[in-house]
Amino acid sequence: MAAVQETVDRVKSVDVDAYKYGFVSDIESEKAPKGLNEDIVRFISAKKNEPAWLTEWRLEAYRLWLTMPEPDWARVDYPKINYQDLYYYSAPKSTPGPKNLDEVDPELLRVYEKLGIPLREQEILAGVQERKVAVDAVFDSVSVATTFKAELAKAGVIFCPISEAVHTHPELVKKYLGSVVPTSDNYYATLNSAVFSDGSFVYIPPGVRCPMELSTYFRINEQNTGQFERTLIIADKGSYVSYLEGCTAPKRDENQLHAAVVELITHDDAEIKYSTVQNWYPGDADGKGGIYNFVTKRGDCRGARSKISWTQVETGSAITWKYPSCILRGDESRGEFYSIAISNGRQQVDSGTKMIHLGKNTTSRIISKGISAGHSNNTYRGQVLAQKRATNARNFTNCDSLLIGETCGAHTIPYIEAKNASAVFEHEATTSKISEDQLFYCMQRGLSAEEATALIVNGFVRDVLQQLPMEFAVEAQKLISISLEGSVG
Amino acid sequence: MPGDVKTAQSAAEEKLVAEFARARASLPGTEPVGALRDAAFATFKSAGLPTRRVEAWHYTDLRIAMRDALPLASAPKPDAALKQKLEKLAPRIADLATARLVLVDGYFIAELSDAMPKGVSVSALSDALAKGDATIVEALSAPGMGQGDAALALNTAFMQGGVVIDVASGKQVAQPIEIVAVSSESSHAIYARSLLRVGAGAHLTLIERDVSAAAQAEQRNNALVVMVADEGQVEHVFVPAVLNSASTHVASLLAVLGAKASFNSFTLAQGGGLLRRQIHMRFDGEHAKGQLAGASVLRQKDHADTTLVVQHVAAHCQSREYFKTVLDGEATGVYQGKVIVAPGAQKTDGAMKSHAILLSDNATMNNKPELEIFADDVVCGHGATVAQLDEDQVFYAMARGLPKPVAESMLLEAFVDEATDRVESEPVRVYLTSLIGQWLSQRGRA
Repeated sequence: MAAVQETVDRVKSVDVDAYKYGFVSDIESEKAPKGLNEDIVRFISAKKNEPAWLTEWRLEAYRLWLTMPEPDWARVDYPKINYQDLYYYSAPKSTPGPKNLDEVDPELLRVYEKLGIPLREQEILAGVQERKVAVDAVFDSVSVATTFKAELAKAGVIFCPISEAVHTHPELVKKYLGSVVPTSDNYYATLNSAVFSDGSFVYIPPGVRCPMELSTYFRINEQNTGQFERTLIIADKGSYVSYLEGCTAPKRDENQLHAAVVELITHDDAEIKYSTVQNWYPGDADGKGGIYNFVTKRGDCRGARSKISWTQVETGSAITWKYPSCILRGDESRGEFYSIAISNGRQQVDSGTKMIHLGKNTTSRIISKGISAGHSNNTYRGQVLAQKRATNARNFTNCDSLLIGETCGAHTIPYIEAKNASAVFEHEATTSKISEDQLFYCMQRGLSAEEATALIVNGFVRDVLQQLPMEFAVEAQKLISISLEGSVG
Repeated sequence: MPGDVKTAQSAAEEKLVAEFARARASLPGTEPVGALRDAAFATFKSAGLPTRRVEAWHYTDLRIAMRDALPLASAPKPDAALKQKLEKLAPRIADLATARLVLVDGYFIAELSDAMPKGVSVSALSDALAKGDATIVEALSAPGMGQGDAALALNTAFMQGGVVIDVASGKQVAQPIEIVAVSSESSHAIYARSLLRVGAGAHLTLIERDVSAAAQAEQRNNALVVMVADEGQVEHVFVPAVLNSASTHVASLLAVLGAKASFNSFTLAQGGGLLRRQIHMRFDGEHAKGQLAGASVLRQKDHADTTLVVQHVAAHCQSREYFKTVLDGEATGVYQGKVIVAPGAQKTDGAMKSHAILLSDNATMNNKPELEIFADDVVCGHGATVAQLDEDQVFYAMARGLPKPVAESMLLEAFVDEATDRVESEPVRVYLTSLIGQWLSQRGRA
């Protein structure tokens, strides 16, 4: 039981206040003045030497944003955000366009080291020769360095910051940007469209199976900086890519806004697997200072027989507002959503998915595991919809919630809408605490209450953990044990 | 997006405002009741008729369905013709000698009603309100339930008819009480509110049957408040009328359960315009059991919405929700079920199920089963399915010589029976099954 004991010890040692990744690195950064207006939008665009069409695109989004009300339907509660009190652009001050790691600010590298990102020497991950991970590291708002570029280029894969893609592949960016999440989509996505700083751009050419797992580590660093990532992944006919997104953020006193947009597009027979481990600062014991994560993630299965799979492990953020969705447009396309959402302390999670069945013979699967502890509230909110022409749409949904402690809440709000007689939708949800019988059974075999709880929680989320790529599964398991600290036993 | 833009009053809303101003003085009740009406109408006025923007009305737009507000029904004059018509519209349920209470256009008509069994006392709502009995006024407003619901507020503001039924403590009434609510032939709006108070340890079966003699559209907005004291038991069945297709019917049920009380309610919706069945059930005492079940069989442009809010306030209670929906034609079925477990309501056991069968490509089913849980030691679950008839099963039945419509009817009957089985009284179950059988046979003919 050494491993379990280790977990328990670790849980004990990490207090909410002692957030492991809560440190601030001193790198000078170049900022736009606080607040948001058309000039700031132009400033951001100019900073990136963007073409006129993109500047106009941003401005259009900005003007639209001004007319939109802030959504209030989610089961989350937070003080009103003053959008004029935020910085919308902040770039690490380093030599312009560092193309190799030697040019990168060593302080920055130290930050990554603390986060455990294998960036510098790890061209091949230690000990795992066959499995390679390409990292497009995002430090605050600008992608600083990209590894493995050459090898990817050989396969024809384009993996670069989106700001770079705007210049090198304008036709692709122009064609796909905003085609899944239009600028008018929702309040936060529209804001993102106006001020998005940077993010990853991936294009997998027809028939190519991406030779390695692509990975981006996001990090919010600058104080009071809204982070507005924009990720665009296109899998052309018959291609495959697995993309990993991992997040940690240093400790802050003030709440930080994060409004990212992720757009995925799969053409005929293509597949995208998108995995996220999210571990942003959840705030202190009173819920002060955590990250606000208002993210719009959507995949469009545009081609026949295409597939998009979302896997997420959500352990951080003060507020999570996130619904990775699939539009199943192509015939026989498939959408998947696997999620573990853990909330503790004063965290508030309102997350789930949408499966929009449009094509014929489309299938989707939703497995959501919510664990709430402390004073947190954890809500699953999901929609499954079969449109009139979506013959033979199939969905299976399973939402399980586990409650640990008397002061937390677990909620399930599914919307199941069938407009086609041949649709078959199944939905099941359960909420329970760890059963006395299970605990008793484990303890009878010599485990302590804490060990038994850890074991049962691990079993509870196993369905989803299995969907994660190897590298992430390990990290995710660690995160789960840390996140439940103080709530076990 | 005009999210917070206040939309102008619709024609129906304007008419309701005018109607309230006109009728306010003549509506029954002393001043505390008047204040209750004013407060409720203010709630309605600020919210307007419910639209899809209101989360609890996500799939039913009453504002669109109620283009016009019909005038309030006036008190009817009971005569022999009405009595005759009533017997025709609502024939007695076979093998069940109920004690009838008759409401015509919402107004309680003692002359047409039966004598009540021992231990049961009845009065017209207007009499109860005129007396100004504070406990009745408070009970009628069912504090803490359905607050902010504009449709219920409208009922509170306009309630002109209904009955107050009291069952004395300890009385186990064998004879079922039946409320028959009939509407006369003119086109009008009916706002009735009834109250059933069941004393400690008392037992009662209550059947609500709505029938309509009207060929024109009507607007019904009825509410029943049920208060079951400790260890009381209530079996309740509601069969709303099949109204003209342009009609709207909001039928609210607010039930409060004491400790060790038991409440079992069943609703059979057979279509006819827009029906909104909204049930609020609250567990105030420990170890109580509540079951809400129902079946909806819909065709053409029928719209039936079943919305439940179950509040577990006390610990150790059990709730069951079980609903079946069969949809044909261009019908729309809605099921929204919310189970709320308050902090401290430990050992709650909740299970909710909604199953639907779509028979037509133009039919729509919307399911929204919600859980809202603030206590850790609970077992709550819900299941929801939408599917079509199993082709293999239809084939199997046909291979044994049954024509397709018969085979389908048989399977559908079995599907719905799983819900009606939850009604305890055998004669009532037979009655419900016969209504479903009628619906199915009409389907076969179409």
